[in-house]
Amino acid sequence: MKPARFKYANPKTLNDALSLRAEYEDESRFLAGGQSLLPTMAFRLAQPEILIDLNWLHELNYVRLETSGAIRVGATVRHREMQVNRLIIDHQPLVNEAVFQVAHQQIRNRGTLCGNLAHADPSSEMPAVMLALEARFHAKSIDTDRWIEAVDFFLGVFETALEGPEMLIEIELPSMPERIGTSFMELSRRPGDYAMMGVAVVLTLNKDGTCANCRLAFCNASDTAVLAPKAMASLVGKPVNEETVRAVANIVQTELDPPDNINASSAYKTHLAGVLTRRALLKAVERASGGARAAA
Amino acid sequence: MGKKTNRYFGTRQRRNEDPALLTGRGLFVADVHLSNMRHAAFVRSPFASAKINGIDTSAAKKLPGIVAIITAEDLGELGRPTPLVVPPPPIEGLEFNQQTQVPLASKRVRYVGEPVAMVIAETRYLAEDATDVIEVDFEELPTAIDLEKSLHDDAFIVHEDMSSNVAARARQFKGDYAKAAKAAHTVIKRRFTYEHGMAHPMETRGIVAQWDDRVNRLFVWAATQGPSLLRGALAGMMGMNEGDIRVIAPFVGGGFGVKVLYYYPEEMLIPWVAKRLGCAVKWIEDRGEHFVATVQERGQIHDAEIALDKNGMILGVKDTFLHDNGAYNPYGLTVPLNSQCSVLGNYVIPNYDSTMTCVYTNKPIVGPFRGAGRQHGIFVIERLMDIAARELGLDRNEIRRRNYIPHDAFPFNNELIFQDFTVLTYDTGNYEPALDRMLEVIDYKKFIEDEQPNLKAEGRHVGIGIVSYMEGTGIGPYEGAKIQVQSTGRVRVVTGIGTQGQSHFTSFAQIVADHMGVTPEEVDIITGDTDQFYWGAGTFASRGAVVAGNAINEAAEAVAKIALEKGAEHLGCAINDVALEDGHVVTIKDTTKRVPLGELALLANPMRGAVKPGTEPGLEATRFFGPERGTTANGVHGVIVEVDPETMFVNILKYFIVHDCGVIINPMVVDGQIHGGVAQGIGNAFYEKIEFSESGQIQNATLADYLLPTSMEVPDMDVEHIETPSATNRLGIKGVGEAGAIPVAAAFAQAVEDALDLPAKGIELLDIPLSPDALWILTQS
Amino acid sequence: MLKEFYTVTTVVNGQSYKRVIEPRMSLCDFLRDELDLTGTHVGCEHGVCGACTILVDGLPVRSCLMLAPHADGADIQTIEGLANEDGELNVLQWAFREKHALQCGFCTPGFLTTITAFLAENPNPDREEVREALSGNTCRCTGYQHIIDAVLLAAETMRADK
Repeated sequence: MKPARFKYANPKTLNDALSLRAEYEDESRFLAGGQSLLPTMAFRLAQPEILIDLNWLHELNYVRLETSGAIRVGATVRHREMQVNRLIIDHQPLVNEAVFQVAHQQIRNRGTLCGNLAHADPSSEMPAVMLALEARFHAKSIDTDRWIEAVDFFLGVFETALEGPEMLIEIELPSMPERIGTSFMELSRRPGDYAMMGVAVVLTLNKDGTCANCRLAFCNASDTAVLAPKAMASLVGKPVNEETVRAVANIVQTELDPPDNINASSAYKTHLAGVLTRRALLKAVERASGGARAAA
Repeated sequence: MGKKTNRYFGTRQRRNEDPALLTGRGLFVADVHLSNMRHAAFVRSPFASAKINGIDTSAAKKLPGIVAIITAEDLGELGRPTPLVVPPPPIEGLEFNQQTQVPLASKRVRYVGEPVAMVIAETRYLAEDATDVIEVDFEELPTAIDLEKSLHDDAFIVHEDMSSNVAARARQFKGDYAKAAKAAHTVIKRRFTYEHGMAHPMETRGIVAQWDDRVNRLFVWAATQGPSLLRGALAGMMGMNEGDIRVIAPFVGGGFGVKVLYYYPEEMLIPWVAKRLGCAVKWIEDRGEHFVATVQERGQIHDAEIALDKNGMILGVKDTFLHDNGAYNPYGLTVPLNSQCSVLGNYVIPNYDSTMTCVYTNKPIVGPFRGAGRQHGIFVIERLMDIAARELGLDRNEIRRRNYIPHDAFPFNNELIFQDFTVLTYDTGNYEPALDRMLEVIDYKKFIEDEQPNLKAEGRHVGIGIVSYMEGTGIGPYEGAKIQVQSTGRVRVVTGIGTQGQSHFTSFAQIVADHMGVTPEEVDIITGDTDQFYWGAGTFASRGAVVAGNAINEAAEAVAKIALEKGAEHLGCAINDVALEDGHVVTIKDTTKRVPLGELALLANPMRGAVKPGTEPGLEATRFFGPERGTTANGVHGVIVEVDPETMFVNILKYFIVHDCGVIINPMVVDGQIHGGVAQGIGNAFYEKIEFSESGQIQNATLADYLLPTSMEVPDMDVEHIETPSATNRLGIKGVGEAGAIPVAAAFAQAVEDALDLPAKGIELLDIPLSPDALWILTQS
Repeated sequence: MLKEFYTVTTVVNGQSYKRVIEPRMSLCDFLRDELDLTGTHVGCEHGVCGACTILVDGLPVRSCLMLAPHADGADIQTIEGLANEDGELNVLQWAFREKHALQCGFCTPGFLTTITAFLAENPNPDREEVREALSGNTCRCTGYQHIIDAVLLAAETMRADK
């Protein structure tokens, strides 16, 4: 299990990285934290001819609070930062809660958030979190510079909206309004594994406690992270309680059609999606109405 | 002569092997670096069943750093099918169709992963580069994958020289089951399927071989459980003298059965190619290879029935089962024979009739992995007991108690041929106290009468499982040991068995320390080097402590006697007036009159004068121990689980073990063995399953997908010991290595059924492994 | 810009090394084969088992999921660097021995490095926190109970020593 030979580039600036990518678009791959790509290369399932190693791009190693209240996370920021960074803890509780479900500490110390998103594994937690949060993805090439909405970013298994020469250089997590409650829940065979099913919830309440907006995003439920739009819409304007969330969960179960996996059949995954929706919504409403944003 | 007292034997002693292992100094086979060392990689079949029409190595030969590319046509004599490791047992009417593999396939491949070519290169990286471009012209054939379907008339035949996929068929019986069933009050029939998975020692297999033509010897370092066996196998395959081969098993990172001798192709090829090339060659199995290239356990389907009288006394058991053998059967019938014998459990079963059919399939080879088929058998009998208790309205523990082999009935002859080819006889046992102790520690009465109903009222689903098991351990043929006192006064013990984490460096030292009047730290145990000790079999079948332990005990006793004789002579007194103490021979009356053991060792090897006739130099003795038959350990496991009825996730709340492995050498070590066994049992019960596709591909061949239990899945356990000495050996010890793993799935199934009150809903858990998904589907129907 | 070989300059266990390697070499192979630090064990080479865990700039990472070039400029600690300066077992190693937290010892280096970082961050963990901290390392021998015992003993001893 040794990777095939490749040529190695270790650009020190973003500009150099993008130039290299432009030059060797087809035969190169970006290496971020490497926690998904390197095992794939060890099995020789991936054999890039050129590896453009982003680990030396210190200019992208930031977590920044914008004046808009949004948070930007640069391409080389590791998962660990989502656990310990004060800005994330204070402003993005959903990201902070979910990151602890991403593999194990050794992986989180090395893997990057943006690398994880660009990898676009449908069973991964963070794509669902981004969908729920309506995050934006900053794609840049040597000639282009654009922002992609989360709903437009994930196209398929390991497939994103990034064009050939583009690189995901940062993401933006929008600021959270008042009366918002979030929750991430997943069930995996062993903690640290990819989830059999997982849900990210962002729930916004009206002043009277009814649902103003509800976002439900699921991991391992399709060939990308997916939303459940009918279920989301069904809660708007209603109080959020055991009875209403049960109805939402029922809609989720009709709306999703997850594929079979080794450890979980489609039927069981669908069932879990309902269970998790109910539990996570109740947790989210508790947080929204308690004013407590942070994960318990 | 002072009487030996047990100062260290039987006590908790921290381990001698730990300092090296804790500081990164322990030598494992992958750490062996030699000058002029080359690296091997293998081209393996990507198909479970295919013809080979040709192999083109021309592109690979042109790559940098390639030393040699070997295919079957290069092998000569080595290319013949390997011998059986374990021959067919002497069972009347046995049908046995031997099929073993060749080191490199040339015409047919019969499982994914079967080696086809070997590359030797300057580095492993370069060797793998070459395997990528070796073109093998495979012509894919149909497969036999499903265990039952592989016996159908239209099944693909795995071995073209056979007319069916029956690898073996063996009926063993005692009494007359049919007659017993006729007279029975109740007969219960069920079908059980039991999958056991892969061992996955954290260190994969590996071997380094070096041919030294200055001395015409072959040096081999191997992650093996049986270094002497490997030496013998290499000698046989390569036409060499055993004495010209030195096999060293250094620290071995877990074995669990799969590093015993199987004539693994790589283990034959690496030494052979090292000799051919006149250099050192290294191959370390990677985890991807391990999934297909190392033996694994697998499934059995049992159609079993139990006949009982109205009081719940067993009149007889009948079992007909299929065993998935994989593509070849180098290890004979060891695993299914263990299953066949284990169905008898801890009970008096006067009439038993069992027929096993072993089936060739296009899957990797099945060989013993911790428990080695015993899990399957214990699951069958323990589940039958649970169902019988329910149908007869008896308490699950009461029905077991009534049927236990009574304490005074030992030795208990079960009349079957066991895996060691002797008649299955339980040497000693005392089952009721183990059950009593379990009921006490788990507080069964309180749980059933108070806790469970209260929890149920709260809407919680908590259940209990209590099962019994026995384990045949400590089988022959023999082990030996040589003990020498060094001039430093340290006591050196060499034995032929290997060691893979069983704490031999400590347990064996404890045996010796008491005889020699030294501390365990002053005893050096050397295992697994065939130049140090020629004879031996290996560490498997829970036999190390029993067989090697007793050989060491005998040798230590002999050396102690020599030391006392020499010491008495030196101190000018009678042998009865001296004792071994504090590394010295001392006079009993005045312990300040003493001579150090090291000095006696020097005196016993004089440079002038003759060694007296009838004596030998040194403080040294060699002894062997071969038990007439195995010894039988037993125990009771109790588990309390909570099930989330929505998700079917099972949370283990408590796990208790009452275990009897006879006399204990080091309770800390025994606890560790039990813990590790239970952890593997939990994997077996709920997490680990090899998923084969219809074309014979393993679908979950990574450790991200094949689920080994982590610290989050394994609960804390309470282990209690009962010591019923074995009658087969002077130390009274029984094996413990495999015990923990054996009854876990049975306990788990009982507890989950209980938690969810499944029998009331007409659901029984008859298949292992379980999973949340499987449980959910069962409860939906 | 494209390199077929890479010069790694790194510090491992306080000692400086410089080696020219193929960039595809994994960091664990670099430590074992180039620096002869064979105490770091390779269990799966796909980032699951944790046996190869080392400390890079104080944080535990899987050395099979890093390339040798990533060692460039890093400060690395491996199992060989854990013992006290006089070669005696450190408190954690001692606790592992006291509690029988290892059997075959193959996975042990990965546990020790992982826990070294964990206890530095959380010197007073409870049993469940320890259990969680160990969950990225697989042990096939011990069933983990004695490892958890050992970590708690080490934590307690370290606190008392302070």
